[in-house]
Amino acid sequence: MPRPAARALRETGFYFGVAFFVILAAFPFYWMVITAFKQNSDLYDVTNIPFWFNEPPTLEHIKYLFEETLFARWLLNSLIIGLCVTAITLVTAVPAGYSLARMTSRKGEALGITIFLTYLVPPTLLFLPLSRIIAELGLQNSMWALVLVYPTFTIPFCSWLLMGFFKALPIEIEEAAIVDGCSLFGAFIKMAIPLSIPAILTVVIFTFTLTLQEFVYALTFVSSSDQKPITLGVTTDLIRGDVFFWGEIMAGALIAAIPVAIAYNLFLDRFIAGITGGAVK
Amino acid sequence: MAAVLTRDIVKKFNEVAAVDGISLRVPDGEFMVLLGPSGCGKTTFLRIICGLEQQTSGDLLIGGNIVNEIPPRARGVAMMFQSYGLYPHYTVRNNIAFPLRTQRVPREEIAKKVEWASQLLGIDHLLDRRPRQLSGGERQRVALARALVREPTALLLDEPLSNLDAKLRTSARQEIRNFQQRVGLTTIYVTHDQVEAMGMGDRIAVIDHGRVRQVGTPPEIYENPADLFVATFVGAPPMNIVSRNGGGYLGFRPENFLPRDMIEDGGATEFSFRVDRSEYLGSERIVYGVMEGFDSKQPITAKLPPAHVAEDSIRPGEWHPFAVKNSALRHFDTSGNRTTSH
Repeated sequence: MPRPAARALRETGFYFGVAFFVILAAFPFYWMVITAFKQNSDLYDVTNIPFWFNEPPTLEHIKYLFEETLFARWLLNSLIIGLCVTAITLVTAVPAGYSLARMTSRKGEALGITIFLTYLVPPTLLFLPLSRIIAELGLQNSMWALVLVYPTFTIPFCSWLLMGFFKALPIEIEEAAIVDGCSLFGAFIKMAIPLSIPAILTVVIFTFTLTLQEFVYALTFVSSSDQKPITLGVTTDLIRGDVFFWGEIMAGALIAAIPVAIAYNLFLDRFIAGITGGAVK
Repeated sequence: MAAVLTRDIVKKFNEVAAVDGISLRVPDGEFMVLLGPSGCGKTTFLRIICGLEQQTSGDLLIGGNIVNEIPPRARGVAMMFQSYGLYPHYTVRNNIAFPLRTQRVPREEIAKKVEWASQLLGIDHLLDRRPRQLSGGERQRVALARALVREPTALLLDEPLSNLDAKLRTSARQEIRNFQQRVGLTTIYVTHDQVEAMGMGDRIAVIDHGRVRQVGTPPEIYENPADLFVATFVGAPPMNIVSRNGGGYLGFRPENFLPRDMIEDGGATEFSFRVDRSEYLGSERIVYGVMEGFDSKQPITAKLPPAHVAEDSIRPGEWHPFAVKNSALRHFDTSGNRTTSH
């Protein structure tokens, strides 16, 4: 076979492969976007082509969300829960990851793996004992129950992630700071933290996304509409019996997804650096 | 500036002694080099002096005060790390200013001192750059400026030249030495490179397996090694060591092992030497071979002076009469310690 032909074939194969995965990843998002703006008559007419607008787009679903449901409240709840959980996670996981990374001998590593293992226990098992705790604390049917529970899965993973990153930081920088007049804590604040901003941003995005998409705990611990986070509100209040409010569900999902998508794109490079930072020396 | 004194310092990691009882006195203003192979405990010892490691036992005195329990920041020593440990998120100016800021020195004074230190080291044009924008040599100077700026009681340097290329290393060696003499700063310098040790130190402490084998000026260390370790560690090629009849060892430097006719009469010991291999190095010729009637683990080496460099009078495979002046012979007992002073 002549070389140019072989090359063309290889490149075509490559782009087909890439195109396949791009479509696979982007299609659900596309489906969500067009459904959110379709008129109901368009949406429920089975003779229409479902992949494009057959009737003019509309904002009626979004209007319905904000006027007829507690959607704005759910958004606010999710935001408050996300911010609180992120703050709790940072305050605990940053020092935890740092101490695990700087513990001499193999103890640190073993402890780090143990902490990571707790992340692998599924919420579908943990909600049973946790519901007892929530009841004891009198937090049933309150979004503060979620602020308390979500760190149980964000802290282990984030501690582990940060441990890997701190291990890759040269210890000489902190030691130089200690000799130059800092305490151990001072060196941590002035050197380790500013230098691990990429990892800390990763933790922020990761934690926020996890809390935004969590469902099982929210379903278990919250039942009043005004206490629900967005995942729960959309799926419980917009599916009434066997009636699915598809346009509203998709509009709700779209609005919740946009800020996260923007955040990811802004910090994508740093995010990847944070994820892989501790992996390769 | 102050004298540093250690008394029987021991540091154990899991029952293994990395530093095994080092007592050392570094007078005020001296340039002391700790020389030893890698893993001999010299860096651990340095870290104990600056306080990054706590000794298992023993006393450390800086300026006459026991500082065993005093944290690094209060000891007033400055340390320069092998990898420099510059703060990557600070500019050069802030790197140098950092030790003063932690001491809450007034702002104007910080500016003045940063200027002084950066001019002294010729880096005043780099003040607004960040460490990653600097070359290896520039980084080293920034690290040195940062160490000096607060006028430390003692300066500790941990293999500061090992990240530089060979050419830069020679000039940096000069600079550090000149600078240390000008400021008169008590300096402890750790290295495994004997050229650095010989060229820079007022005195050298040769360390092996966590113990000081010998402390002395460079000529003392070279001419009169205290034991077989020092004899074979210092010098390139190292001292020739052969087993002596009746126990013990005999040692002599390769440059003292010469063809018989090059040594004037009187007080020389003759050996028969068979050359196996010969290396021409420009200013000298190094020949390797065996000596008749003596056992040695390494080949015997002789460093021939320029008179013998060009000519091929020393032919491989032949036996030649060689000799060592008696004053250049060193005697060691069976346990490896030197028995006579000459």
